Amino acid sequence: MIKVKVNNKTVEVPEGATVMQACEVAGEEIPRFCYHEKLSIAGNCRMCLVDIEKSPKPVASCAMPVANEMVIKTNTEKVEKARKGVMEFLLINHPLDCPICDQGGECDLQDQSLYFGKSTSRYEDTKRAVDEKNFGPLIKTVMTRCIHCTRCVRFMDEIAGTHELGAINRGEGMEITSAIEGGITSELSGNIIDLCPVGALTSKPYAFTARSWELNHIDSIDVSDAVGSNVRIDEFNGEIKRILPRENEEINQEWLSDKGRFFYDGLKNQRIDKPFVKNKNKLSSSDWKSALEIIIKKIKDTNPSEIAAISGSLTDTETMYTAKEFFKGINVKNIDCRFNLSQVPYCNSKDWLFNSSIEKIDVIDKLLIIGCDPKREAAVLNSRIRQRWLTGNLDILTISTPDDLTYKCNSLGNDISLLSDENIQKKIKLFFKKANFPMVILGDSILSTKQGEKIHKLVKILSQQSNLIRENWNGFNVLNKYASRVGGLTVGFVPYNNGLSSLEIKKALKKNKIKVLFLIEADDFLVEDEELENAFIIYIGHNGDKFAGNSDVVLPTSAYTEKKALYLNLEGRPQFTKIVTSKPGLAVDSWKVFKALDQKLSAVIKYNTYDELLEEMYNDFPQLRNEKQSQKSKWAIEKNINIKLFPEINNFLVKNFYQTCCISRSSENMANCVREILKIKKVNNGNY
Amino acid sequence: MNKKDLEQYDNFKFSQENNILIESILKKYPSNQSASAVMPLLDLAMRQCNGWIPESAMKEVGKIIDVPYIKVYEVATFYSMFNLKPIGKYFIQFCTTTPCWLKGSDNLLEYCKKYLNIDINETTKDGNFTLKEVECLGACVNAPMVQINDDYYEDLNKESLIKLLENLKSGNKVKIGPQLKERKGSESVKLIGKNKNAK
Repeated sequence: MIKVKVNNKTVEVPEGATVMQACEVAGEEIPRFCYHEKLSIAGNCRMCLVDIEKSPKPVASCAMPVANEMVIKTNTEKVEKARKGVMEFLLINHPLDCPICDQGGECDLQDQSLYFGKSTSRYEDTKRAVDEKNFGPLIKTVMTRCIHCTRCVRFMDEIAGTHELGAINRGEGMEITSAIEGGITSELSGNIIDLCPVGALTSKPYAFTARSWELNHIDSIDVSDAVGSNVRIDEFNGEIKRILPRENEEINQEWLSDKGRFFYDGLKNQRIDKPFVKNKNKLSSSDWKSALEIIIKKIKDTNPSEIAAISGSLTDTETMYTAKEFFKGINVKNIDCRFNLSQVPYCNSKDWLFNSSIEKIDVIDKLLIIGCDPKREAAVLNSRIRQRWLTGNLDILTISTPDDLTYKCNSLGNDISLLSDENIQKKIKLFFKKANFPMVILGDSILSTKQGEKIHKLVKILSQQSNLIRENWNGFNVLNKYASRVGGLTVGFVPYNNGLSSLEIKKALKKNKIKVLFLIEADDFLVEDEELENAFIIYIGHNGDKFAGNSDVVLPTSAYTEKKALYLNLEGRPQFTKIVTSKPGLAVDSWKVFKALDQKLSAVIKYNTYDELLEEMYNDFPQLRNEKQSQKSKWAIEKNINIKLFPEINNFLVKNFYQTCCISRSSENMANCVREILKIKKVNNGNY
Repeated sequence: MNKKDLEQYDNFKFSQENNILIESILKKYPSNQSASAVMPLLDLAMRQCNGWIPESAMKEVGKIIDVPYIKVYEVATFYSMFNLKPIGKYFIQFCTTTPCWLKGSDNLLEYCKKYLNIDINETTKDGNFTLKEVECLGACVNAPMVQINDDYYEDLNKESLIKLLENLKSGNKVKIGPQLKERKGSESVKLIGKNKNAK
């Protein structure tokens, strides 16, 4: 530790800390534009000047390491004068268009010019103007406002890892530009909007729709993937205006994927706002009472073994819990939350969780990725792997993954059967031999293939043999893709007493053995239209997507921004969404549908309110109360047996990152991305 | 240059001789810092492409030294010596900084513009000459001067400049360096005269 004096206050900071950090420890806030905690130090805005004793000139505190007995002053006249000078230079070319700038009200430059700016300008020449750049359908640019902090460039280089932005030319001609005209292809590109300290990069969908001080902020979580990023939803006039990431060092740091940030306009389009019933091959609007009556009659007329239920990617945990109770009450055993036909086992939570936790990615030294596309399935988690990789001493092996994961990996090939190859197994064991914190990431994608069950077993055995499962460390991780999955598996929305799994339900549908099918927000259930033809389909959901039009009864429910709902992220961390806007039309929270159906049938559900439901659910599954408990379950040891896989070549590349759930498919923003960004050819292949 | 001529630069690959040069250039830098070779490699690419660097060449350089394209592009745009647009056969860099200016470079430049019938940063229709105004090239003692491709032509006046351009155009041999008969390098002109008188 080093002792330094900041404004006559002595503080202790670790060796290698910067002067700015020392000032922060002392409680002095230093103005800055280019410095950002998560990015490398650039030192080019010069706003953070401080006075250091024995130094003739003011020093940029963000780039200056502390020395012992350093005497730092942040409140002298000299410092103030220096900062005023810097501010005057920054403002020379910055347009005075705050009233029409979307950053207005939350702009670093605006705020700091209040303290350090002059009231008038001494500059009489013409200001510089810079051409607008095309950064795609999500990011609006007004490049004349840019003050060249290069935060966006550093973000693309370091966090996103796609190297798509750069500062070209020099001096007064300097401009920020993208490598390719037409847009930024990274899945994390929206974050540069937050990073931009001025209004040069702003959100295109949000442009001119609200002012920052009018918005109501509601803390919620993201359900576009299974990472469970913490978000803040901004609402104005009953509409969601934007979604921003909220800092949570344990999950998403301060980043958010583009899908989670921009798919909110899907909540306005294609919404189901009242019950529909099929009449002569045409859906016509109905009311709750008659729609429920039709369902009840249908259930009474059908043998329970011919009824099945599938839940979807956005279904909340409470709904699956209530639905499970309901279906148990009417003796329906064919229920499953694994709508993508995944064969992940559902008995022990260690089998489906990201056991090491996201935070521990920061310490791993050997990583094996099997059969998934972390870049597009869990963009924020992938950037964490990249950040770890950038600090060095991390070896990465991959089997059946795309080749553009933004870090250098040693690919063993894209053939699934490599896993059962003896030489490859030896290689993997050798790879993990001396590792302190080894990690395997097994994709839910590969578990959804025909050999999924075998692969899960095989990887478990391999992990046991490679010493990944220790007393204080569990390196076996499953990368789930859907926000609902861990919750569904935890509360047991899975087949029981020889009920049919999703794969078997699909087969039974083909053979006409399922007469009634409940689709609970299950828009991604992997079945063909003709397989559903003969069944009576009850669709319960909020967006008119793939199945709503083919259903016999459609019931409207609320989306994740219209209800308080529990979601478990891939680590099994329970988090709540909150009510931001009101439900459209006659929509209700989906658990109430099953409560209502239950009342008319077996009446096994005793709770009436949401709080009572939560209490009951907590009693049954105490691990939902807090995150630590969900990780406590014991590892179920897999017996060593010989498993042979047959060859199947697949790299599990997600071809369309932008549209993976019913909300994103209804979203115009995401449709624009598909149209404009997916067609862009990458230029930086292989350069990480 | 028309579209067809430009197409030949779409898939840039270094020539065999240049590949050998690249090997020796890369040896100068530690293997984990090959990014440092960006400038010599860009220079090689520019020489191979008749004085300018097409986009495909920057991508190729990036691949060789394992640097993203945009980082190579940043370097190429930072230095004014790298041309990112096609230029004429003879690239005239006209010095107009103070010493040359004092010796009448402005007049000379105007005259040159008129003679070639182009403005600064333009290329003549026959593709022979491109004119560019540059800052001090460090040959002030022989001002005014121009750099044409790799060579300096100094001690210019209207006549010697036109003669020089005409000779270049018709492919005749030209004298590199000072255009004054008496001068070989940058020695004082007056001194040359005195020595003559002494004889």
